[in-house]
Order: sequence, then structure tokens, then C-alpha cells
Amino acid sequence: MKTITKLWATAAICGAMLSGMAQADPHPDAELIIEGELHLATRAAPAEHLGGVFPEIYSGWLFRTDETRALQMDDFDNPGILFTERGQDRWDAADGNAGQSCADCHGDIESMAGVRAVMPKINEDGELWALENYINNCRTARMEADAWGWNSEPMKDMTALISLQSRGMPVAVQMDGEYAPFWEQGREMYYTRFGQLEMSCANCHEDNWGRMIRADHLSQGMSNGFPTYRLKNATIVPLHQRFRGCIRDTRGETFREGSPEFIALELYVSSRGLGLPIEGVSVRQ
Amino acid sequence: MTRRSLTAACTVSVALWASAPGAEIAPADVVWEDEIAIPVSLSGTPGDPVAGANALSSRSIGNCLSCHENTAMPEHDFQGNIGPSLDGAGARWSEAELRGIVANAKRVFPDSMMPVFYHDNPADYVRPGDAYTGNAYDPDTFSTLLSAQQIEDIVAYLTTLTDW
Ligand code: HEC
Ligand code: HEC
Repeated sequence: MKTITKLWATAAICGAMLSGMAQADPHPDAELIIEGELHLATRAAPAEHLGGVFPEIYSGWLFRTDETRALQMDDFDNPGILFTERGQDRWDAADGNAGQSCADCHGDIESMAGVRAVMPKINEDGELWALENYINNCRTARMEADAWGWNSEPMKDMTALISLQSRGMPVAVQMDGEYAPFWEQGREMYYTRFGQLEMSCANCHEDNWGRMIRADHLSQGMSNGFPTYRLKNATIVPLHQRFRGCIRDTRGETFREGSPEFIALELYVSSRGLGLPIEGVSVRQ
Repeated sequence: MTRRSLTAACTVSVALWASAPGAEIAPADVVWEDEIAIPVSLSGTPGDPVAGANALSSRSIGNCLSCHENTAMPEHDFQGNIGPSLDGAGARWSEAELRGIVANAKRVFPDSMMPVFYHDNPADYVRPGDAYTGNAYDPDTFSTLLSAQQIEDIVAYLTTLTDW
């Protein structure tokens, strides 16, 4: 009985905290407008499959400081754009024993519009592949060149460039049919409490978004901004590296970048952001 | 003396009397009372509130401020707000209950996000790691998040937080 009373007291404190957390909420009315021209929505109605867990879905951009948000509004200030410029050189350069460039087969980089928005996607053999897998398949099978490492500089340059072609296009991953088992696997992972701290993705990004975990302002953990330029790392951070960091922070044993597990998780996390646009290369702290 | 602090004082003296100094209780041997309280000291040595304040605030020890605010520690910025403020925790809970919460919050608050600080069986976790390396755990070094004495110190500190 005594315990019950105190639990109510705790609940009351939590309630008071909820109402008093305004300064930690996502920015109430900031608008993401690139170069004063291209308007990217940062708020959207949640997909039905989310079952009402969010009143609205938000880009991670809304949870960052004024300074960090400003960097993403100007391509000259966005350090991620430098990666896309190097990516363009790689797109045009012949490499490997076949003596071919990406451009030889695909033509202009604009031909990649929409590609990032549907990733990860099932290939001809029924495997779920991320953008990095498709890039490496062209390199090894068609160009007869070496595969690039998942977190390598050339891979960051190329994924940044290809993502930029989908800037403003809504996330459009598939969830049904042959995608369903991968999506289920990702969903299962999302709600698994990993590591010695026993924390799931949902514990941080569904139950506590908007709150502070020490100095970090928790977002809804959306992936539409990836690849992202992270100021703290002073480089592009691919999505799987972010996943790795989040699981490491649970004192857990992570999965590998490019592992089937992380590609399934990528599919599921992307589907939580259905309705938000691809940001191209975002900037985070 | 109020009835509450009298009870608390009795709990302390019973705990001191019941366990010889240095007689540490392993996580698997902890005896619970009313499902949520641990009446007996885990380390057998009285907690030191000064050491407890340090363990509570230090990022590499308790890191409690990553989720809790504590206005008694204004010198620490970036206090989290995942859990309730610690202000008044020593007035709301008895020493035995605080020991229970810090050792295993999930008994008092089922499905809580608060980690279990006094448990050391890797089989009870999904992919436990080797601290924050992201690698698999090492069976030779896997241990509780806090030692028995660190918990006693933190509990001793929490009992001083009576204002809210
Ligand atoms: C212990 C808390 C915690 C857990 C558990 C956690 N994350 Fe995160 N995550 C963070 C923090 C802190 C950040 C950086 C701030 C932010 O964007 O929320 C972050 C950022 C992210 C981002 C980048 C968002 C952006 O817009 O830049 C993604 C995506 C993400 N997490 C996905 C996940 C997934 C998937 C899992 C589970 C495998 C997970 N997180 C588990 C704390 C956590
Ligand atoms: C990852 C988040 C997290 C961490 C880390 C954490 N706690 Fe908690 N704690 C919570 C939550 C959440 C609650 C509220 C119970 C609930 O709803 O799960 C709580 C409840 C409590 C309470 C009861 C609060 C009251 O007055 O009713 C105490 C005391 C407490 N925690 C102490 C600590 C101490 C001491 C540490 C570090 C050794 C710690 N916590 C670390 C999340 C955390």
C-alpha cells in the first residue's frame, strides 16, 4: 500500500516534468529552406503502421541547435556538400580493369534521382540491399574494381552524391510482400532491449524523444537526413555507423556495418519516416 | 524524531548489526523485503555520502545525472530529464527502498528504462558488450555496473536529499 502511494507520487513528478519540458521539445516552428528556395518538410503525419505512438513525426533537424540547423540551410556552409563534389569526380572517373566510370553506364548523375528514397531495396536474388551494396556491386561486377569499405571516404562521397539527387523526395521504402520478413526483423530489433543497460531504440527515440539524456537532446531517430555530416566527428556518418554507436551506448555488442541485421533495421527505421523527405546531406552536432 | 526517520535509523542499525564489515552480498544472494526493498547493507560497510555524491555524478561511475536532475548539484550542467528529479528522494523512500531502487530499479518500476546496477549474469542480457567498446563481453571481466560499496555510498547520499 505504502509503495503504491509512492509510485503515484513518482507518476505525478513525471507528469509535472512532461508539462515542463518545453525547452527540450523539437523547435516549434523552424522551417528548413535550402538556399532560400527549396522547402523541405520537417514534420509529417505518422504512417499508419506506427499505431499512434507519435502525434507527428519530426526530422532530427528540428532537435538541433540554431547554429547546427543554420548550417544545413546553406550548401556553402554545409560541409557534407564537399563530399558530394568529390563524389562527382569519382562518378566521372574510370576505375578498375573494365576501364569504365559510373557515368559510362548511367549517364548524368541526375539519373540517380529517387534511388536513395527507396533504399534499402530487394535485389534480383531476393536479398535486401542498401545503397552501399548496389554501389559495390557495380564496382566489382561491372567495373572490375575493388569494393569500397562501408565507412570509407569514397563510399561516403558517393552515397552523399547519390542521396543529394533525391533531396526533397519523400521516403518511399516498401514494407509489404517480399519486404515483410525483413521489415518484421527490423521491427523486432527496434524493440529489443540490447546490452547491459537493456535499452531498445524505442526506449530512447519513441518513449523519450524531446527529453535530455545528459547533454543530448533525443530526437525520434529518423533516418531521412542520412548520410549526415556530424560536426563532432568532422566527417560524414553513414546510417549503420550511427546504429552501431547507439547499440554501443547500451553497453551492447553491436552488429557490423552492412550486416543483414543492420540492413533490415535500416528498412524498418526508414519506414518510420515515411512522409518525411530525403534531406540529401544533413548536418548534425 | 519523526516516525519515518526513526524507522530509517532502526534499519541502519539493524543493517550494521546484521553484517560484519567486509561481508559483501553477491547479486544472486540479495534478500528482498516487500519485493522492492533491500534492508541489509550490500557491502557490510556503511556508505559514505561524499563518495556517493561523486559516484552519482561521475559519468564513468553511476552517471545518474544522464537521466536525473538533482538541484543539490548545480555545479554539474547537462542534467538529463528521462527520470524524475532526485530532489526529495530521501524523503519519499526509506534507505532500504533506495537500496532496492539503485540495485534493481526494474523491481519497483517494471519495464523501467533505469538500468539494473547490481546484477552480473551475462546470460540475462541480449548481446551484452565489453563496457562501451561495442565488442562482445569478456566473461572474465563482466561485472555489476556498480560495486556493492558504490551502491551503499550512493544510497547514503540519496538519504540526504530530503528537500523538494
Ligand atoms: C541510450 C539512448 C539511445 C538508444 C538506446 C538508441 N539511441 Fe539512437 N540516438 C541517441 C542519441 C543521444 C542520438 C543523437 C541525438 C538524436 O538525434 O536523437 C541518437 C541518434 C540517432 C539517429 C540519428 C537521427 C538524426 O536525425 O540525426 C538515428 C537514426 C538513431 N539514433 C537510431 C537508433 C536506432 C535504430 C537504435 C537502436 C538500434 C537507437 N537509435 C538506439 C540515443 C540512443
Ligand atoms: C537511463 C535512465 C536512468 C538512469 C541512468 C538512472 N535512472 Fe533512476 N530512474 C529512471 C526512471 C525512468 C525512473 C522512474 C521510474 C520509472 O518510471 O521507470 C527512475 C527512478 C529513480 C528513483 C526513484 C525516484 C523517486 O524519487 O521516486 C531513484 C531514487 C533513482 N532513480 C536513482 C537513480 C540513481 C542513484 C542512478 C544512478 C546510479 C539512476 N537512478 C540512474 C531512469 C534512470
